[in-house]
Amino acid sequence: MDASVSSKLSDKSTFETDVRGIVTPKYVRAASASDAVAGVQPSFVVEPGSERELAKVLKLAYGAGLAVIPRGGGTKLEWGNRPARADVILSTARLNRVIEHPWADLTVSVEAGCTLAKLQETVAKHRQRLALDTLWAERATVGGVLSTNDSGALRLRFGSLRDLVIGVTVSLTDGTVASSGGKVVKNVAGYDLPKLLTGALGTLAVITRAIFRLHPLPKETRTISCVTSNSAEAQQLVHELQNSKLAQSALQICWGAGIQPRVDVLFEGTEAGLAAQVQQAKAMLGAAPVRDAGRDVWDARQEVCSAAKSSGEFAVAKFATLPAELAETLEMIAGLCSGELRWSVVVQATGIGWVRLKGAVGKIDSVLRQLRANLEGREGSLVLAHRIAGTSELDAWGDAGDALPLMRAVKGQFDPLGTLNPGRFVGGI
Amino acid sequence: MDARTVDQRNSEARAAETRNSEARVFERRIFDELREIVGPRGLITSREELHTYECDGLTNFRVLPRAVLLPDSTEQVQRIVRVCHREKIPFVARGSGTGLSGGALPVENGIVISLTRMNKILEVDFANARAVVEPGVINLDVTNRVAERQYFYAPDPSSQSVCSIGGNVAENSGGAHCLKYGFTTTHVLGLELVLAEGSLAHLGGKVLDRPGYDLMGVFVGSEGTLGIATKITLRIVKRPECVQTLLAAFPSTNEAGAAVSDMIAAGMLPAAIEMMDNLAIQAAEAAVHANYPNCGALLLVELDGPVAEVAALMAHVDEICRDNKAWEIRVAQSDAERALVWKGRKAAFAAMGRISPNYIVQDGVIPRTELPNVMREIVRLSTEAGLRVANVFHAGDGNLHPLVLYDRRIPGQEEAAEILSNRILELCIAAGGSITGEHGVGEDKKKMMPKMYSEPDLQTMQRVRCAFDPMQLSNPSKIFPRPRLCGEKPGEYVAHPLETAGMAERF
Repeated sequence: MDASVSSKLSDKSTFETDVRGIVTPKYVRAASASDAVAGVQPSFVVEPGSERELAKVLKLAYGAGLAVIPRGGGTKLEWGNRPARADVILSTARLNRVIEHPWADLTVSVEAGCTLAKLQETVAKHRQRLALDTLWAERATVGGVLSTNDSGALRLRFGSLRDLVIGVTVSLTDGTVASSGGKVVKNVAGYDLPKLLTGALGTLAVITRAIFRLHPLPKETRTISCVTSNSAEAQQLVHELQNSKLAQSALQICWGAGIQPRVDVLFEGTEAGLAAQVQQAKAMLGAAPVRDAGRDVWDARQEVCSAAKSSGEFAVAKFATLPAELAETLEMIAGLCSGELRWSVVVQATGIGWVRLKGAVGKIDSVLRQLRANLEGREGSLVLAHRIAGTSELDAWGDAGDALPLMRAVKGQFDPLGTLNPGRFVGGI
Repeated sequence: MDARTVDQRNSEARAAETRNSEARVFERRIFDELREIVGPRGLITSREELHTYECDGLTNFRVLPRAVLLPDSTEQVQRIVRVCHREKIPFVARGSGTGLSGGALPVENGIVISLTRMNKILEVDFANARAVVEPGVINLDVTNRVAERQYFYAPDPSSQSVCSIGGNVAENSGGAHCLKYGFTTTHVLGLELVLAEGSLAHLGGKVLDRPGYDLMGVFVGSEGTLGIATKITLRIVKRPECVQTLLAAFPSTNEAGAAVSDMIAAGMLPAAIEMMDNLAIQAAEAAVHANYPNCGALLLVELDGPVAEVAALMAHVDEICRDNKAWEIRVAQSDAERALVWKGRKAAFAAMGRISPNYIVQDGVIPRTELPNVMREIVRLSTEAGLRVANVFHAGDGNLHPLVLYDRRIPGQEEAAEILSNRILELCIAAGGSITGEHGVGEDKKKMMPKMYSEPDLQTMQRVRCAFDPMQLSNPSKIFPRPRLCGEKPGEYVAHPLETAGMAERF
């Protein structure tokens, strides 16, 4: 056995002993095959019971030169690139409390391992919500949702996580526990680290706590749907609605192989206000057949993603395009897939969309590459979420532009040894 | 006096002269180079002209810069910053200079880069609801430019007719309508930056969710400490179908505050909720004759959206105000009526001049529910100090603007006012709030930062600074009371050229 391998092993066994001392042996276990991340097998799963414990475990791993994969509900663990190394799964499962819900202040303070469903249930007692429709809310945790910057159709009206998170507490690899932001919505004291941590895929620090601003639950909601004859017509309807003085909360186009593009519109508000808005919207949509629809049309994004999780036969990517170029993007997808791949897409009026592809691995790979090249040529992007078994090593993120050196410098300041999620983020960060 | 001492003195004098002449040579060499970049009209070095730039909207701190540069392109900004980087000269970017925390205060021996000449709206893209502007563009000019197509730029600080978008980005400016529409950071989608060593970086863009860290989210509100924004992509927003503003007179801030809580509890999100106390009302009346009722507290509630929705909600707001003992309620319907209602509020800070020779504008935030407690404490502290405090609030989001009134001519009053003003901030921190909601930390509130954040919190924030600007040349000495040493080996001493030249000393 060469010297570096044996010293690595001794680091690991020392780590195991020490980490038992921190979290008690009950909360350290050997990782099983189901703990693998994109095929990379870690050695341990550690479940700290407090922020302090988590910071100590992280510092210990850092000192031992081990790679750490922070994990919440594990619903989106395959997002990003395959980790370069993986030794310790640092689970937030036990940090699952809603710490405080001062409802009259419309904020909530919550631990990172709390599921979105539990959070929403708690705040709903006072008829409030975190105005964010995430994937798999039953299992997805606050920390994971923040780290992946997951957002759905409500983003049109309420913004994404960067507009909803007002404070975070994190652990850095050197054991520092730091907070930024606070309990008030309006606050410009110091740098806005909650935004930096949002979407950082756990590569800078481990989020242990977050504070969000909340919104009231709507009194009433109405959804209308409209089947169009082609993508240009769908784009036109979206444009007209966006350009009108109606105040829709969500607006999306769903389309796929063998079906016609459908436009869904969500209105929220008072009964009187909704009736008037729905009537105006129907008049505006004009000739196209409009029907009242159930809330389930808003599950479209989750349906696109869920199939990939359950079977592994689908590739799923998130794309971003200009709001005025939805039809162009949809047509490109349809054209590239034509006849060879099964595909379905849901795209929101904000220009954020999700595409699912099924078929020959090589073809999927080439479609994704062409799509990315085209989108990046128009200021957009394509980020791979779920790979298909046997796909080539297509980078998950694509081009980060001339800010990449700055991103590397930020990573270097926060996580100088590359302890956290090494290799999973843009540009190999 | 023996000959040796005379000799020594002569040699010291010669050395000092050499240092001074070296400094002059240095100065001339650098100024020549800078003049080459911006042209003779883009460089200000005369003392009397420099005085214009010695402070921003916060006038109690003043530092004369060595020079002011007025570039008119990104390329010029880059070239200036490269010279600064090479010569280790600190620089401070400046917009319209309306900031209220000393963010644009020059730093000792540094230069000011004024962006007022970069004032073009480069592009308006209605199809995507975006506008691309240079940093010197005035906030209100964006709205004026897009108004014909029924769009507006949402962040509306009270100084919107004079403040610049670049300054708004630096400070993450708010305004009365950020309760519903969000802050500057909500509406900035892309940035072109000149970094502290002169290179360019592009963050975000017209399309959302560019892969990578949200560095734009950190840059907005970083008060000029992470570089200079030279091009800014903004979101523009469609005007709502209708806007209605309700004005309600209450016996005191307690009832007005209770009404606000009831509105929030009823699930409403008005576009703006503003509160003024009696002293603020009196001042506003004296200044602009807004025709406000003389009452203990005034509430301005603005609702916007589709007509039927606003009508339904306005009826509810009216009811809530009456339930909380409002004794007069008016609803402004036309633009002219609304303008008059807002006039008094927007003029409130400046109006203090009518009732007091001097005043301090404070900016703190509290959780909304703490309002009655904090108000009671402000009254107590104000009585104790023997100074009047007028209060103007963005009540919907708990942002307080207490105005501490004093008379500089009375010995000791200025100091007492400063102490009182700081005590009020301490109240905000104790209530779980913030030391600033929209004016920024700048020079003014550095000393309060350790009261709100722990040392590890502040050190962690500064890791970002070290990544962007390891030499700490971009608006150094602001926000953080103690700078973090960047880099692996702390402590390597690099002499400042001015120090070498004998023009400055370090302690």
